[in-house]
Amino acid sequence: MIQASGLRKQYGTTVALDGVDLHVREGEIFGVLGRSGAGKSTLLRCVNLLERPTAGTVTVAGQDLTALGSAELNRARQRIGMIHQHFALLSSRTVAGNVAFPLEVMGVPKAERERRVAELLELVGLGGRGKDRPHQLSGGQKQRVGIARALAGNPAVLLSDEATSALDPATTESILALLKRLNAELGLTILLITHEMNVVKSVCDSVAIMAGGRIEESGAIADLIRTPGSRLTREIFPLPAPAPAGSVTLTFTGDPRQPVVSEVLRKFDVDLSILGGSIEELPAGPVGRLRVTLDGADRPAALAYLRDSGLIVEEAA
Amino acid sequence: MTWEEILPLLGPATLETAQMVGWSTLFTLLFGLPLGVALVVFDRDGLRPVPGLRAALGFVVNIGRSLPFIVLMIAIIPFTRLVVGTTIGTAAFVVPLTVGAVPFYARLVETALREVGTDVVQAAQAMGASRTTIVRKVLLPEALPGLVAGLTVTVVALIGYSAMAGTLGGGGLGDLAVRYGYQRFETLLMIVTVVLLIVIVQLLQSLGDLIARRLSHK
Repeated sequence: MIQASGLRKQYGTTVALDGVDLHVREGEIFGVLGRSGAGKSTLLRCVNLLERPTAGTVTVAGQDLTALGSAELNRARQRIGMIHQHFALLSSRTVAGNVAFPLEVMGVPKAERERRVAELLELVGLGGRGKDRPHQLSGGQKQRVGIARALAGNPAVLLSDEATSALDPATTESILALLKRLNAELGLTILLITHEMNVVKSVCDSVAIMAGGRIEESGAIADLIRTPGSRLTREIFPLPAPAPAGSVTLTFTGDPRQPVVSEVLRKFDVDLSILGGSIEELPAGPVGRLRVTLDGADRPAALAYLRDSGLIVEEAA
Repeated sequence: MTWEEILPLLGPATLETAQMVGWSTLFTLLFGLPLGVALVVFDRDGLRPVPGLRAALGFVVNIGRSLPFIVLMIAIIPFTRLVVGTTIGTAAFVVPLTVGAVPFYARLVETALREVGTDVVQAAQAMGASRTTIVRKVLLPEALPGLVAGLTVTVVALIGYSAMAGTLGGGGLGDLAVRYGYQRFETLLMIVTVVLLIVIVQLLQSLGDLIARRLSHK
């Protein structure tokens, strides 16, 4: 749905994007994770060409945006919704007026506009609040208005620029739940950028980890979790890095309740002690990670057994 | 002078001041608002960067801002004659008043428009709004309280300028103060004129503040 190839963005001598390729599939929630200054905001703004990349192309819904003139680009942008960290609502307009704005831009007639605005406010859980002013709303409600506004043009794609970063944890949860619902009900493809691993963990199907203007790792979360040594796995689980010498880190991608550890202890002559571990609920299913020391005569056989049981076994040097 | 002599003078003088200030406010709005918008839109980080044009406009505005009004008024006498055909009387002084106030108001418009957050402008761009739509439906409405506050300041400044116009044959309360207060030492008339000006300015400022506050939804 979104395909970016060879994106470079330079400001003077500063390189914000250093050759980024991004592929977001239709109907998925794709997260770009990185610290501030990693280039993720620039990347997002290159997708709807708020920033024109120095080199590279951006294709959204089969249309190469980098090839369009300004009038055609504006028409293409009407099919790409965007929500913002600080909501970016017009204080001169009511809630309904804000949601109506993109419809006015598209030239939708007034009666049709009013019908659609009421429908959109209902969709985001703000039915009846149309006459309020943005300053009368809480942060979470403001973002709901932002989401309703972004959906006005029936977009195929929603871009989210740190949409939950200005919100408290409970409100963040409710906004993420709303995004997930819209993704499921409307088949909306969502590309979001965030610095919070929590956002990626709770809603994303795929992720790209960015640093220094490059994508360090990207792919479906379910696949990355199964890839030994992946950055994502290391960052999701709160185990101290680097792993102590001689320790073994086990990743459970199936049912974390499978009793492989006790089986190993019963079958092999090994001693095992647990250094740390946790289980995370991801959209792809629960994933557990356990760091242990495993000593004894049967250590190689025990490790082989664990691998055969479907666990990812990483031995620290 | 007695009250009976002063009152008949005050009425027409106030009306002349009101006419000068009223018409020049209208023309200031007409020229100053687009000029202020141009200063923002053509700026390097504006909606349509044209740095050369922006620099030229800024230069012209700065010339207007650097001349004291009394000097400007005299300097543009030929231009005034060209536009209205005469250089005395209330109508003639609408020209220098407008020329003096346009750059002043344009700068206030520029400041008010810059107060509008870049995030709302970018949000509108992301929605596919054209530049004209962004100016009409985002920049101007969002800056409206600031535009009104700026206009209030401009009207008050115009009242001050109009008093100077009075000394060169423009009529109005300034002319009254010069002819009676200064040349004839009519203290009572001077006091009445001063009080009247204070009341007018206070009323206009309060009205402007009220409107600006009503329009603001921050």
